[in-house]
Amino acid sequence: MQRRTKFIGAAVVAAAMIGLTACSGGGSSSGSLTAKGPIKIWYSNNEQEVAWGKATVAAWNKDHPDEKVTGQEIPAGKTSEEVIGASITAGNSPCLVYNTAPSAVGQWVKQGGMVDLSKFSDGAKYIEARSGSQADQYKDADGEYYQFPWKSNPVMIFYNKDLFKKAGLDADNPKLSTYADFTATAKTLVDKGVAPNAILPAPTSEFFQMSFDFYPLYAAESGGTQLVKDGKSTFNDQAGYDAANFWRTLYADKLAGQEKYQGDAFADGKAAMAIVGPWAVSVYKDVNWGSVPVPTKNGTAADKTYTFSDAKNVGMFTACQNQGTAWDFLKFSTSTGNDQKFLETTGQMPMRTDLATTYADYFSKNPSYKLFGDQASRTVEVPSGPNTVAEMQAFRDAWSDSVIFGKGDVKTSLDDAATKIDQLAAEK
Amino acid sequence: MTTTTGGAETAPSTIAKRRGPRILGKHPLGLLFSAPYLVFVLVVFAYPLVYAVYIAFHDYFFTAPGAVVDRPFVGLANFVDAFTDPDVIRSFGNVGIFLIINVPLTVVLSIVLASGLNKVTHLKAFYRVAYYIPYLTASVAVVAVWLFLFNGSGLVNQILGPLAPSPSWLINSHWAMPSIALFVTWKQMGFYILLYLAALQNVPNELYEAASTDGAGAIRKFFSVTVPGVRPATVLVLLVSTVTGANLFTEPYLLTNGGGPNGASTSPVLLMYQKGIEQGHPDEASAIGVVLVVLVLVIALLQNRFAGGKD
Repeated sequence: MQRRTKFIGAAVVAAAMIGLTACSGGGSSSGSLTAKGPIKIWYSNNEQEVAWGKATVAAWNKDHPDEKVTGQEIPAGKTSEEVIGASITAGNSPCLVYNTAPSAVGQWVKQGGMVDLSKFSDGAKYIEARSGSQADQYKDADGEYYQFPWKSNPVMIFYNKDLFKKAGLDADNPKLSTYADFTATAKTLVDKGVAPNAILPAPTSEFFQMSFDFYPLYAAESGGTQLVKDGKSTFNDQAGYDAANFWRTLYADKLAGQEKYQGDAFADGKAAMAIVGPWAVSVYKDVNWGSVPVPTKNGTAADKTYTFSDAKNVGMFTACQNQGTAWDFLKFSTSTGNDQKFLETTGQMPMRTDLATTYADYFSKNPSYKLFGDQASRTVEVPSGPNTVAEMQAFRDAWSDSVIFGKGDVKTSLDDAATKIDQLAAEK
Repeated sequence: MTTTTGGAETAPSTIAKRRGPRILGKHPLGLLFSAPYLVFVLVVFAYPLVYAVYIAFHDYFFTAPGAVVDRPFVGLANFVDAFTDPDVIRSFGNVGIFLIINVPLTVVLSIVLASGLNKVTHLKAFYRVAYYIPYLTASVAVVAVWLFLFNGSGLVNQILGPLAPSPSWLINSHWAMPSIALFVTWKQMGFYILLYLAALQNVPNELYEAASTDGAGAIRKFFSVTVPGVRPATVLVLLVSTVTGANLFTEPYLLTNGGGPNGASTSPVLLMYQKGIEQGHPDEASAIGVVLVVLVLVIALLQNRFAGGKD
C-alpha cells in the first residue's frame, strides 16, 4: 500500500516538474517584418464590420493570390480582450486584429505579444500622416506604436425629442450645455414623469464603465486631459471634482438610476438621454433623437468640446509569420478608399486628420453623423501602460462608492483613487 | 547442499514474483481502468494546482511562447500585495457571509424537502423534476429571471410594497450577498435533494416502524431516524456546498454586475478573475487562490471531523 502511494506520489511530482520546466520561456518571435505570404486576420463580430471585413479581404485577395488573407470574426469569449490575451499566451494569435481595445494593449505588449509598428520603415510615418497628432495618445511610454490608431466612436449626448416635448422642453435647442442646465432639464424630465430616469449610464462595477459617465465629461471639462499623464493622475483637480459632483447630484436626486436596466433604457423610453457613439444612429432608428456634446460646468462651444474616443485599433501580433504582408494589408485596409467604405458601412469614424474634408460628401448626405465627424478630432484616450485596466478599476471602485452610492466625500474619494493609480502607473 | 542451494535460488524468485504485481497493487487491472480518470485528475486538477502555487511565489505574468522574461522567486510578496488590499480582505468576508447563509440553508432545506419528496406518492416524478430543473438550467438564464424579480420595480418589491429595502436587493450593500446566497441555495437545491433522496433509500423502514412502535411522532422520527441515517450524505452536502460556495463567481459577475454595489458582493474568485485575467496579475490572483484553497481545506476538515462522526 505504501509502495503504491509512493508510486502515485512520484507520478504526481513528475507531472508537476514537467509542467514547471515547461514554464520558462525562451526563443523569440519567429515572424519577420519583411516576410510575405498568407496571413489570418480577425475582425469584430457586429454585422456592419463583418460586411466591411469580408469585402476588404476579398478586394485584397483578388490582387494578391500569393499573399492570401483569411478573415474571420474574433472567436466568442467573455470579452474580445480575453480571447486575444489567451491567443497570445497560446501562440496562435492571427496576424492582425481589427478591434483591439487601447486599455488592453499595454498588457499584451508586456506579454511580448505585439509587433512594434514603428519598426517598419514607413511605420510611424504612415500612422502620423493618417492620424496626425491624435496618434500621440496611442504611443507607449517609449514613443513606439504597438497599436494602429484605427477608428473612434466619440461619445455625445443623445436625447429623446418626443420625451423632451412631452415634458414641455425645447426639443430643438435643449438646455444641456452646462451642468446647471443639464441638471434642471433632467429634473423637469423626471418630475413631469416622462421617463423614470433622465439618463442612465450603466451604474455597475466593471472597469470600462467609467468611459461612459465620468471620462467624457472630464475630457470636456479639462479641455482634453487624459486620466493619467506622465505617470501621474490628473483627475484629482477642480475639473474632476466638478464632473464627479455633477454626477453625484444626478444620482442623489434620483435623476440617474443606481440600478442597471435590463435592456436598452433609451430605446425603451426608460431614460430620456444616453451617452453614445455614432453607432447609435443606426441602432436608434425608432427613436426621434437629437444629439449634443457632453456638458461642462460653464458650457463649452460644440467645436471646442472634447470627449472620450471609444476607439478601437488594429494590432499586429508576434505570432504572425508574414509580417510584411500584414503591414501591407493594414495599409491597404486603412487607405483613403477603404476608410470611406468603412465609414459608409459602419458609421464609425476612421481616425484621420482630414476626416471632414476627405469625406465631405458622406457627411453632407448623412447629416446625423456630422457632429460625430467633427467631434472625432477632439477625443481623449484611456491611459497607456500595462496597468491601465487596474487603474480604471481603481477609479471605478472609488466612483461607485462616492458618486453612485453617495458615500463619503467626492474629493477625498478621488484623491485616494489618484494615490492608488499613481502607484499602479509606477509599476512596470 | 543442493536442496539448500536450490532453496536459496528459488526463494528470491518467489519474492520477486510476489513483489512484481504488488508495485501495481493487488489488482493491476483496476489501475488500468482507473488510469484515464487518474490522468484527468493529474492534468486538470493536480497540475494546475501545483502550477498555481509556483505562480504565487514568483513574479509571474502570461507571455507569448517566444518571449523571454525573468520570473524571479519573490517569496511571500504576492501574498503581502494581495492581503494588504482591503478589497481582497472584504471579498473573503463576503464569501464568509455567503457560506454562513448558504451552507446551513442548503443542508436543512434539502434534507427536509427530500424527506417530504420521499413520502410523496402522487406526482412523484413531477415534483422531483420541478426541484431539479433550476439546477440543470444555465445560470445566465436563471440570473436574468432573478434580475427581473429582484430589481427595484420587480415582482418581489411590488409584493413587499413599503417593506422593500431601499436601495433594492441587488444594489443594497447589506442585502446583495444574502440575495446571492438565497439564489444559489435555490439553484443548487435540486442536486442536493437528489443526494438525500438516494441516501434515504438506504434508511431501513424497520427503524421507522420500531420508532413508531415506541410512540415516536413524525418530528421525532425525523430527528432520531432520518437525520442520523443520512449522515454520510449530510457530510457530502456540507463539503460540496462549501467547496462550490467558496468558488462563487457567476452570480456576483452577472447578478450584481461585477461584485457590486461597492464590492459588497465581490467574491475571492471574482477578484482572481479581475486581477489575473483582466488586469494581468496572475501571480497575485494565484496567491489569493492558494489561500482560498487552504481555507476551504481547513473548513472541510472541520466539517468532516464534527459532522462526519465515525463515518
